[in-house]
Amino acid sequence: MKISMFHLMPHRELPDDFEERYHSVWVDPPFHELATPERVGDYYNWTLDELMHAANLGFDGICVNEHHQNAYGFMPGPNVMGGALARATRGQDVALVQMGATLPTTNPPIRIAEEYAMLDCISGGRLVAGMPLGTAMDANMGYGITPIEQRERYYEAHDLILKAWQSREPFPYNGKYTQLPMVNLWPRPVQQPHPPVWVPGMGSLSTWEFAAEQGHCYCFLSYFGHARGKAVMDSFWEFMDSKEKELNPYRAGFLQLVAVSETDAQAERDYEQHIKYFFEKCLHIAPEFTPPGHQDYRSLENNLRRMLSQQMSEQQRLSDWSFKDYVDNQYVISGGPESVRDQLEELIKSLRVGNLMLLLQIGSMPHELAMKNIELMATEVLPQIRHHWTDEWENKWWPESLRGGRQMNAEAEVAAVAGGS
Amino acid sequence: MAAVSERETKVWQGKVQSRALVAGDGPPLVFFHGAMGLTWDPFLDALAESFTVYAPEHPGTTPGQPDAIKPIDNLWDLVLSYYEVFDELGLESPAVVGHSFGGMVAAEVAATNPSRVSRLALIDPVGLWRDDTPVKNWMATAPQDLGPLLFADPTGPAAQMMAAPPPDPEAGIQMALRTTWSLACTGKFVWPIPDKGLKKRLHRITAPTLILWGEQDGLVPPVYAGDFENAIPDARVELIAGAGHVPQVEQLEQTATAVKGFLGG
Repeated sequence: MKISMFHLMPHRELPDDFEERYHSVWVDPPFHELATPERVGDYYNWTLDELMHAANLGFDGICVNEHHQNAYGFMPGPNVMGGALARATRGQDVALVQMGATLPTTNPPIRIAEEYAMLDCISGGRLVAGMPLGTAMDANMGYGITPIEQRERYYEAHDLILKAWQSREPFPYNGKYTQLPMVNLWPRPVQQPHPPVWVPGMGSLSTWEFAAEQGHCYCFLSYFGHARGKAVMDSFWEFMDSKEKELNPYRAGFLQLVAVSETDAQAERDYEQHIKYFFEKCLHIAPEFTPPGHQDYRSLENNLRRMLSQQMSEQQRLSDWSFKDYVDNQYVISGGPESVRDQLEELIKSLRVGNLMLLLQIGSMPHELAMKNIELMATEVLPQIRHHWTDEWENKWWPESLRGGRQMNAEAEVAAVAGGS
Repeated sequence: MAAVSERETKVWQGKVQSRALVAGDGPPLVFFHGAMGLTWDPFLDALAESFTVYAPEHPGTTPGQPDAIKPIDNLWDLVLSYYEVFDELGLESPAVVGHSFGGMVAAEVAATNPSRVSRLALIDPVGLWRDDTPVKNWMATAPQDLGPLLFADPTGPAAQMMAAPPPDPEAGIQMALRTTWSLACTGKFVWPIPDKGLKKRLHRITAPTLILWGEQDGLVPPVYAGDFENAIPDARVELIAGAGHVPQVEQLEQTATAVKGFLGG
C-alpha cells in the first residue's frame, strides 16, 4: 500500500446557518463577509503543518489540489503549497502527490510541466504528477473555459506536457488551443522518462479509457465512501480486464474520509460536528454552476438517468444525517483504531486499490484535532495496513526512489519526532 | 398547422450533418433558433403561411448527431458553414429571422457576407455587451430562476407550457438531454461572455433590419435594442409589450404580424 494524506484546505469557521444564508460554497460566496486574509493565513499554515505532521509520522505521501473561488478548499496554486512541502520534506521518504494543477485552466499548459519539474528537482524525484480535468465551478465559472471544450483542452495539454518532459530536442507545438514556436523545457524532471501520472476522476468511462490508453493511475475521488465506490471500482477493474491490462492494484487510487479517535464513542464526540459541517456546508454547491457541456454527451445521458434513481433523494436527506448515518453508510470511516483498521482493510481488499488517499482534516475540524487524527492514524492504524499488496505487486505509479521498504517504521519516526521537538 | 418536412444537410467537407425543418409556401425564409434548441411552434406556422420556412438546427443540436459540433471550432467556422447550408438548401439570398442566440448568428451571417441576406429580423438577439446592464448568464442560471428572465408573466400560459414536464420519464430524459446538449453546443460560441466582436461587424449589414424586443426581457434587457439599431445602417426597433425574452411565444400574434409585415409576407 501507499497511503497518503489528502488536504483540501477548507474554510473551517463558516457560520452555522451558512447553507441557509448563502447560495453556494463555490463560485459566489462573498469573501469579505466570510473571511479575513489574516485568518486565511492561519488556515494555510495549519494545512502545511498538518501535512508535515503526516510526513513526519510516516505517511507515504502528502496531497494537495487546486480549486478556485470557494470556501470548500481554496488552494488556487497547489504548486505554491507543493513548493513549501518539497523543501520542508527534503530527504524524507514521502512523496509529493500534487492532485494537482488543473490542465485546462493553466495557460500555456507547459507552465505545469515546468512547475512539476521544479518540484521534482527540489524534492529529488519525489513528485507524483496529478493531472485533473478541473470541476465545472473552477474551470468554467472561475476561469471562463468553454464547457464543451474542457475535455479536449485537457487531452491536448496532457500530450503537450508529456512531450515537453520527454523530448530531447526543442520542438514547435501546433495545437488547437496552444501554439508555441519552440518548446524547450527548463528544468527537466529528475524522474525519467517522466514522473508517475495520476488521473483523478468521478467514475466516467472516458476517463478510464484515457487512463488505460496512457497507462496512468486512475484515482476515484468520491466523498461517498467505499460502499458506494465499490460498484464503480468493480466496473473499473472489469474495464481494465477487458482492455487486457494487468490488474495491478496500484493502477488505482481511492479517496476516503477517515476520523480516528481513542474509542468509537470518543470518535462520535470528536468528529460528528465536523463531518456534518463538511457534507452540509462544504458540499453546498449550486448545481447551476455546472453549465451544460461540462459533461460529455454520454456522461450527460447516464447522469440524467441516474438522477431519476435514488441518488438524488439520498443527497437531500443528508442534512438529517447523524454521525452514525455517515459511518453506517460508510461515507466516513470513523471510530477507535480497531474499527478504522477493519474498515480500511475491507476497503483495500474490496476495491482492490493500492494507492489510498485519506482526508484527515475534515470541514471545520480544528488544527489540534486534525493533528490528533493524523497521529492516531499514523501510529495505530497505518503500521497494520500498509503491508497490503507489497509482496505481490510493484507500484509502478510511485516515485521509483520511494518504492522499496520504508527507511523507518512509523513508531521509530514518532520517537524521532518526539525526541527532536 | 403546416406540414413540416425534414431536410438533411451535410456540410463542412461532409463532417457536419444537421437537420432543417421545412414548411410553407412562398419566398424563402431562414429561421435560426435560440440556445435551447429548435421547436417547431405556432410562430413558425404563422411564418409558413406566407413563406417557405427553413429552420436549420445548429451543429450538434440535431437528435442523433451530438458530435456534429466537434468540427466547428469557432464562430468563424459556424458562419461559413451556414453559407454551405444555404447552398445545400438552394438559398441564394433569403430573408433571415433569428431569435436570441440565433439572432446573433443571423446578424453574423448578414454582416460577414451581406449579399446572402435580403432582409433581416432579429428577435431579442444576444451578441452585444454592456457593463452597466450585463446579459444574464443563461447557462449558469437555475431552472427556477429562468422563468422571470424569459417571460413578462412567469406564471402565464406561455411560461407554464415551457416548464411543464413531459408525462413519462423517458420522454423527460430525452427532453432534458436535448435541451442541455443544445445549450452546450451553442455555448461553444458565446461562453463565457456573449460578446465575440459583433459590434465591430454590424456596420457591414446591408439588409433592411427589424429589431424586435420583448419590453420585459430580463435576460437581454431592451436597452440592447438601441445598440443594435445604432450599429446597423438600415434598422428600426419595435418593442413588444407584455413579452419577455421570447415574444414569439408570449405575444405570438403581435410578433408574427410584425415580422410578416416587415418581410412583406
